Parts: sequence; C-alpha cells; structure tokens
Amino acid sequence: MATTKVALEPNTPTAALSAKLRVNKVNMTFNRDGQRLSVLDNIDLEVADGEFVCILGPSGCGKSTLLSAIAGFLTPTSGQITIDGEAVRGPDPRRIFVFQERGVFPWLTVAGNIGFGLAKLKRAERTERVQRYIQMVGLEGFEKSYPHELSGGMKQRVEVARALAVNPDILFLDEPFGALDSITRMVMRGELLRIWEAERKTILFVTHDIDEAVQLADRVVVMSARPGRIQQIVPIDIAHPRDISSPHYLELRDGILNQIGLAHHL
Amino acid sequence: MSALAEPRKWERYAWPVVATVLFLAFWHYAVLLTATKIFPSPAEVERGFVELMREGVLYRDVLDSIRRVAIGFFAAVALGIPLGLLFGWYPAINQVVNPVVQVLRPISPIAWIPVAIIFFGVGDYAAIFLVFLGAFFPIVVTCVAAVGDVPLIYRRAGRNFGLTPARILSRVVFPAALPQILVSLRVALGIGWLVVVAGEMIAVTSGLGFLIIDSRNSGKRYDLVVGAMILIGVIGLVLDTLFRRLEKIKPVRWGFRDEF
Amino acid sequence: MSVRLRPAIFLVLLLVLWQAAVWRHPHQLLPGPWKTAGGIADLVHHGLLVKYVVASLFRVTWGFFLAVVLAIPLGLAIGWYRRAEMAFNPILQILRPISPLAWIPIAILWFGVGDLAAVFLIFIGCFLPLLLAVINAVHGVPAVYLNAGRNFGLGPIALMRRVLYPAIVPRLMTALRITLGVAWLVVVAAEMIAVNSGLGFLIVDARNAGNRYDLVVAGMVLIGVVGLLLDAGIRSLEKAKALGWAYAEDH
Repeated sequence: MATTKVALEPNTPTAALSAKLRVNKVNMTFNRDGQRLSVLDNIDLEVADGEFVCILGPSGCGKSTLLSAIAGFLTPTSGQITIDGEAVRGPDPRRIFVFQERGVFPWLTVAGNIGFGLAKLKRAERTERVQRYIQMVGLEGFEKSYPHELSGGMKQRVEVARALAVNPDILFLDEPFGALDSITRMVMRGELLRIWEAERKTILFVTHDIDEAVQLADRVVVMSARPGRIQQIVPIDIAHPRDISSPHYLELRDGILNQIGLAHHL
Repeated sequence: MSALAEPRKWERYAWPVVATVLFLAFWHYAVLLTATKIFPSPAEVERGFVELMREGVLYRDVLDSIRRVAIGFFAAVALGIPLGLLFGWYPAINQVVNPVVQVLRPISPIAWIPVAIIFFGVGDYAAIFLVFLGAFFPIVVTCVAAVGDVPLIYRRAGRNFGLTPARILSRVVFPAALPQILVSLRVALGIGWLVVVAGEMIAVTSGLGFLIIDSRNSGKRYDLVVGAMILIGVIGLVLDTLFRRLEKIKPVRWGFRDEF
Repeated sequence: MSVRLRPAIFLVLLLVLWQAAVWRHPHQLLPGPWKTAGGIADLVHHGLLVKYVVASLFRVTWGFFLAVVLAIPLGLAIGWYRRAEMAFNPILQILRPISPLAWIPIAILWFGVGDLAAVFLIFIGCFLPLLLAVINAVHGVPAVYLNAGRNFGLGPIALMRRVLYPAIVPRLMTALRITLGVAWLVVVAAEMIAVNSGLGFLIVDARNAGNRYDLVVAGMVLIGVVGLLLDAGIRSLEKAKALGWAYAEDH
C-alpha cells in the first residue's frame, strides 16, 4: 500500500500579513502540589481571518488550556498572544468562547440567553437580532423555553446563537459537541459549517475526534501531549461540502491518525 | 481586573490582620469619641477578662457551659441517629412521625424554657434538656434525609450480597450516609452551643450565658459582657473547626476504605 | 386506612397520652391539651391572639427585611472579592457562634427596652447566617457562568447583578427560609426579655403574672403553628415558575 502522503508542512504561517491571531512562543506551567507541570511548550501558531482551524490531540495535551489562554481566561507563563496586533489581556466580547451546553444560563429563557450580550441595544433592535439568530440555529418556537426544558443539542444551539448574536470576530469552541449523541453531533457539525460559511467568522475549534477535525477544518493543528506541543499542522484542501469517502479525505485522515499515533507514543 | 488576580500566600494572613486591626481601632475610637461611660473599649474588655481569669472564675464558667453542651449533645446524638435512621428506613413510620416533628421543630428551645424549668427546676438539667432539644431535631431530620439520599444501587448491592435489612442499614446505608450525618452533627453542635448560652441566661446560675446576664445585672460590667461574648464566639469557632477536622479523617472519606 | 389519616391519628394519640398524663398528676402545673385549647380560646376572647401574633410578626418582618437588604449585596461582594473574604472571614467566624440572645444586654444598652431592641436582635440573628450563606452560594456558582459573563464584556457590578445573583437564587431561597425560621426563634426569645407584647412576652407574662400555664403552653403551640405557616409560605414561593429551573432535573 502506498504510504499515505500528507502534506506535512513545517509550522509556517499561512499569510503573515493577514494573520488575525498570533500565538508566539507560548509556555504554560502550573504548580501542582509543589511540582511544576509543563502543560504547554513553545506553542507557535498563526490563524488568518475567516479561517476554520481545529486543534486536535489526545486528552491531556493541553488543547483546552491553549484555547482558554488564547481567549484570555488564562495568562501564559511566557510568550505572547496577539489578536489584530493587540495583546490579549482578558476575555473580550469580540472573541466569544462557546462552552459546552452547560454554559447556558439556566435562569434565562432561550431568548434571554441569546440576547444576553445585547444589553446595549434598544429593545426593538435586540428582539429583531435575537429572532434572527433563533432562526439561524433552528430553534423557532422555543423563545420562551427555559434551558432545563431543552435537550443537550438544543442547549448547544442556544450557546452558539448567543455567541453569534454579538457578532464576534473570533469564535472559540471547546469540544462543543462532546456531550451529544453521534447523530446529533453530525447534524450540529453541518449546522456549524453552514453558519460559518454564511458569516465567515474565524473559528478555533478544539476536539479529540479526528473525523470531526478533518470534516470541519481548513487546517488541523495536531498536538502531542505532556507537555503540549504542536506536532504538525495539516492543511485540509478539500472544498466544502466534503465527501467523507473520497480518497483524498481518507488519505488526510489516515495521515493524521498516524500523527496521533506518534503523539501517543511520546 | 486586578481584583481577580490570584492572591498571594501571604495575603491569607495579611488581610484578616488588617481587617481586625481596623475593626479594633474603629471600636476603640468610637468609644473614645462618643465618650460613653458604659460601653467598653477593647482594652477594658481585655483587662476585665484577665481579672476574671486570675480569680479562677472564668474557667469554671467555661467548663460548665462546655459540660452542658457535651451532655446534651451526646444525648441528642445517641437518640437522634438511631431514630433518624429508623424513620428514614421505614417511610411508613416517617410519614406518621414527620408532621409532629415539623410542628415541634420551629419551637425554639428558648420557648421550651418554662417547660424545662417546670420539669427540671432551675439548674443544670434544664440547660442540658434545652441543648438536647436544640440538637435533636436537626440530627433526626438530616438522618432521615441522608437515608433517602443513599443511592438505590447501594441498597440493591447489599441485598444482592445476601445482607439482612439490619445489616444493610449498618454496613451500607449508615456508612454511605455518614458524611451528611457528620455535617448535621457539626451544625447541631453549633446550635447546642448557641442554645446553652441562651439557656444559661435564663435557667441556670453558672456558665458563660449566666456570666453575661450577671455581669450586666450586678454592676453593669459591660467589659465582661463583651468579653464573654467574644469568648463564646471563639469557643464556638474552635468546636466547629475541631469537628471539621473530624470530618476529614480518613475513615470518613470512604474513598480510601477498602474493608468494612 | 388512608395514608393521610395516619399522621393525624398519631397526633391524636399523642394528645390523648398528654391529656392522660395530666390527669394522672393533677397537682402539677403543666396543662393538658384541653386546657391549652381553652387558653387559646381565652386569648381570642380578649382579642389578644391577633394582637400578639401581629406584634411578633411585625418585629420579625422588620428585622428580617433589614438583614436581607444588607446581607445580599454584602455577601455578593465578599464572596466575589477573595481578599475581602480573607479579611473578614475570621471576624465573621467568631461572631457566628454568638447567640443573638447574648446580644441582649448590648441591645438594651443601645436601644432600651422596646421594639427597636427586639428588631435589632432579630437583625443580628438573621444577618450573619444569611451573609455566610450568600458567600457560600457565591463560591458554589459554576465558573462557566462567570467566564461567560466576563466574555460578554461585563464589568464586576454588571457581573454580580446579571450572573452571580441569578445563579445563587436557589440556594438563597433555602437560606431565606432557614433564616426566617431563625428570626421567628429569636423574636420569641427576645420578647421574653425585652418588650411587652408578642407571643414570647405572653409566655413569660402568663407565668409571672399568675401561673397561667395554660396560656404558656397555648403560646408555645401558637409559636409552632405560626412558624410552620411562615415556612410553608416561603416554600410555596420557591415553587414559583420563574424558579422552576433551579429544581429541574437536567444535565
């Protein structure tokens, strides 16, 4: 069998000039019980505007930590993270983090949640925007429902809608579909792609599911564990909608599988 | 937001000291500025207290209070836990008894004082009875709830291994409910401490509660009043802290136990 | 036999035992249920029942309300700012075991004998537990909610108002219910000592001014019943639809 050929690139930036997000030599060490644990080691990454990038790796490789640091919830021990040339100092409404569906506020209705970030708008404008995003994620009719009345997939949609409603530049998603059953997961992936193609936001998506990464991303950042390092960045040059049984898709997928296998041995 | 930045280790000790010092200073100057003749300043409280300690009176009062709490509390535990487990285990019994418990529970032990005095006269037993009442109801109520909270799968496992109901109760349900029960014991001890002080103010002639009332009545010694209050707070805190340590010892954190 | 009947029958049984015990010892002072009921009727007859219950409730309302209004914002702030909690925690922990009744001499010193002293005592009895409960509840709020709030650009005040406070509402309701119970406890005790109306006063006065133990026990029964009603009242509040999310099974 021919060796799988994956376009393995060294970590070069895609287009240095239009880099939206730049992660520069970021290290993260934690102190746990007096021991210093190195979670992220020398991470360099650049993401262009409107790109869909997946961060893929085994559990414990630090991908969620990396995402939290980029979003401004954690401060790196060393290194720099800049977005649009500005250093990241904390969370910001221009870059919204989509937590798993447990991030939905249980005391607000669906409409209340989606409109959460829109407090500064006038009532009429807010209602109109909320309605638009309710329709976009397919939750018409549930405006007045409370989260505890919804299924996991529906709650996830509420979160995505809430994030989109404030029109952020970047969306961070941390294994958002992890708690859903496989069919819902497939549906949600399709929905996410549809929304991405409509709105063209920059998306940073963390997952441990290889298929998910190859189906969604423009580039897949493969990370290795303990300490977390970027092992390879694999561009997925297949146009959407992607045929998941096409040879090229399978080639890329298998290549990444090998990479992960290597990552597990490290 | 620097307010959210991780506080350093030394800050854990620095801030309380700052707050306490400020509080004492505020107290001291408030007394000074309002030129009150009666309300004591922190220094006066300390002096009054040292005086009591030297006379040996303080130890006796503290021991009296603690003794009453101990007896009342242990009686409540000895009676309350078995009853609570029983009521929780047999819902039929609980159904019958619960409304009565719910009506009796809000009646403050303080309101029982006249009854206590009728039965026991003024003295130790009245106070102990009050402590018992204050501690008994929370223990029973929590035991009932704790039994209910034990997951059904544990009980089923017990049955599966051929245990009799009595054995299931003692070897499965009780250990499973133990953390919750211990918390209720801590709370009950706290209530007992609260009640004994209150009871002593009315129904006995020794103890910290009595010290408060007596200091005021026979000489307006508010420095002793405040001093006694502080001592009550400190002892209560010590009792609570000791109990929390108890909750943390290994056999209770049953994740570590591998034999029964 | 209907299930609902059983507790009622048990209650009746207890009453019968109580009455029988009293008949056995006719010379002791404690009244039986019959005499107690007579005492209650007596109070109604003199128009005192309503008057005393209202007096007690009035003091509870004021003391409780003041405590709530102060404890919630303060608790949110202390729970939120770690340094504030570090600073105040020792003082709070020492104040906690001090029974409100131990404050009586100080209450009388500052406010004299009367309503204000009673309200103050209730306030003391409610404020601290409530404050500690709010602080505790704040610690229990999942970090996700706070992170999401910060993500949407909320400053500390907006965060407390729009995320922290709604998130603690369920635990707050429980704390309010328990604290109201404490308030009721304290008002009775405070009235025994510091005022001249109300149910606590009734108990003390009935005994002092004529050994009317039927009124004493009647007072105790009323205390229990009103306490139960207050508790049931708050429980029904907890069931309001807007709070349904707190008790729903999910996740």
